[in-house]
Amino acid sequence: MNPVEVLRFAVLGLAANKIRTALTMLGVLIGVGAVILLVAVGNGSSKSVQESIQRLGTNLLTVSHTAGGGRFGAAGQGSALKDLTPDDAQALVDKTSAPHVRSAAPVQTTSQSITYAGQSVTVSQIVGTTPDWFDTTNHDLARGSLFGTEDVTARRKVAVLGSTTVENVFGTEDAIDKEILIGGIPFRVAGVLRTKGGNGAADSDDTIVMPVTTMRDSLTGYGSLSSIAIRATSAADTVLAQDEVTSILNNRHRITGSAQSDFRITNQQSLLSANDEADKTFTVLLAAVAAISLLVGGIGITNIMLVTVAERTREIGIRKAIGAPRGAILGQFLAESTLLSVLGGGLGVAAGLFAARFEVVGIKPVVVPSSVLGSFAVSVAIGLFFGGYPAARAAALRPIEALRHE
Amino acid sequence: MTGPQPPRPAPVIDVRAATKSYGRGAASVHALRGVDLTIESGEYVAIMGSSGSGKSTLMNLLGCLDVPTSGRYLLDGLDVGRLDERQLALVRNRRIGFVFQSFNLIPRTSALAQVELPLSYAGVRARERRRRALAALELVGLADRTDHAPNELSGGQQQRVALARALVTAPALLLADEPTGNLDSHSTADVLGILDRLHDAGRTIVIITHEDEVAARAERVLRLVDGLVVGDHRRTRTPASTSASGAPPRPVPLDEGARR
Repeated sequence: MNPVEVLRFAVLGLAANKIRTALTMLGVLIGVGAVILLVAVGNGSSKSVQESIQRLGTNLLTVSHTAGGGRFGAAGQGSALKDLTPDDAQALVDKTSAPHVRSAAPVQTTSQSITYAGQSVTVSQIVGTTPDWFDTTNHDLARGSLFGTEDVTARRKVAVLGSTTVENVFGTEDAIDKEILIGGIPFRVAGVLRTKGGNGAADSDDTIVMPVTTMRDSLTGYGSLSSIAIRATSAADTVLAQDEVTSILNNRHRITGSAQSDFRITNQQSLLSANDEADKTFTVLLAAVAAISLLVGGIGITNIMLVTVAERTREIGIRKAIGAPRGAILGQFLAESTLLSVLGGGLGVAAGLFAARFEVVGIKPVVVPSSVLGSFAVSVAIGLFFGGYPAARAAALRPIEALRHE
Repeated sequence: MTGPQPPRPAPVIDVRAATKSYGRGAASVHALRGVDLTIESGEYVAIMGSSGSGKSTLMNLLGCLDVPTSGRYLLDGLDVGRLDERQLALVRNRRIGFVFQSFNLIPRTSALAQVELPLSYAGVRARERRRRALAALELVGLADRTDHAPNELSGGQQQRVALARALVTAPALLLADEPTGNLDSHSTADVLGILDRLHDAGRTIVIITHEDEVAARAERVLRLVDGLVVGDHRRTRTPASTSASGAPPRPVPLDEGARR
């Protein structure tokens, strides 16, 4: 008996009962397909979160003011919390005491309704800052111009609009050099930012950027800044930059212990790794569910092979009576179950890869090659292992026992 | 294979004090109670007995489908009891052709594939296998039914396919367990005619039957009662029985395809 013969017998055996063969293969197909697709979905969601964080820049640090307990709550302890000021931001850009800080920009935010041609529109975020902000936070200009340092010092009423805001306010009209009212004060539109893409809940393109001095003068007053945006020299240097920023601000605010600290630094890197952790758990859960369905498919193969062997015991007896060696019987049934699982697994891989081309609940699945290989290998191994047991039992029968079987 | 006296080869079948019992203790059934049997090469032997006499059990032992509880069985001088599973498969494949009452063809398989099967297990190449299988089918008069599955054949045709399958490896010994038990008289005549011609060609044949008409073809009749051989009659066949066998009109040379 050469392997081709064995394979021929196996194909004939499978073809003899097409519906059962198809259903068994379907079980394996669903198992393998589910593993590939669900792992791809988990991986895809983690990839998309990482990308949106990376778009902001992984070397971005944010210093925010701890308003909790604030100036009034902590007053009894005599430790007056200091405000974050534009001077703080200025002080952080210092090649000697903070060599790993590339740029820093003060951020003052507010929310105002704006008016153009009698139409009032609400903008989710209005940012007051310095020209450094655009580079620090990866915002590029699409049309017109940004405001410059002299606009900040002269407190000019100029604004740069995000792409969504432009669309909401002007529609198809050209926005450059038009005058809009922000909180009742006229501003000239200097430029429009390039679309950045949302990162989930908030549309980061629905924004207006203006000089921080202008904003503090006319809209918000001279309280603490909302935050300071800092860009480290590289993603690897964020930790060093964070330390430098901490010591500079501690110095300026005369803070000696961490308990008194009036600011908090968050970096995108830690956000990224926290997200990564959550996504890993998510992916593992999905993979576990899929693995269970693969196992159920495997049990299906075992069941079918047991039934097949029981049903064909007489045939096994005939084959043994005309001189089939044990190996030939074993080989035939093993080849049948392996063929079942290889075909089912192969179709499952095809189905999984095909399904992964579509968006699933808003997530673009990203196929993990190891999940394809792994699930296919597991399905074949299940076929060999679970098919091997009934096959070995069948092959060990004495011819007369098998022949008497009804 | 040859004993101390070269002109006289070992008997094809040499059974010594064989017993077979099923079950254990008080519930055990003794199917064979000590059978001694010698069948020489070229003999045509019929085994008769009522049901439960142990004739099928004896046949299964002779065909190496089962092993005796005690006693020895020498096939062509070879002690079958000492063979392992793999060697037994070889013996069943090469030395014995077995025909069953219920045909025992493999379902959904063409006649040609059925007959090729023993050759596949023997490792014969595809072309040679096909040639020999076709020759064996022609020998039983089924050259025009090679592509038919068992459910497309009559009982007589199925039994002839089974005969071709038993013959295709050219075994020294042909065992038939009530081969005509499920057949009408015409098909019975067909099958018996083929057996007659095989016997004429020198093949050793052992057949189980309870029909006197069938036993009449044999030259030696054994009677089994309650697991013991109680009668052993030899006679020479009458030429009339041969001519009335309903054999196909054109004689087919037996050595073609059947002998290696």
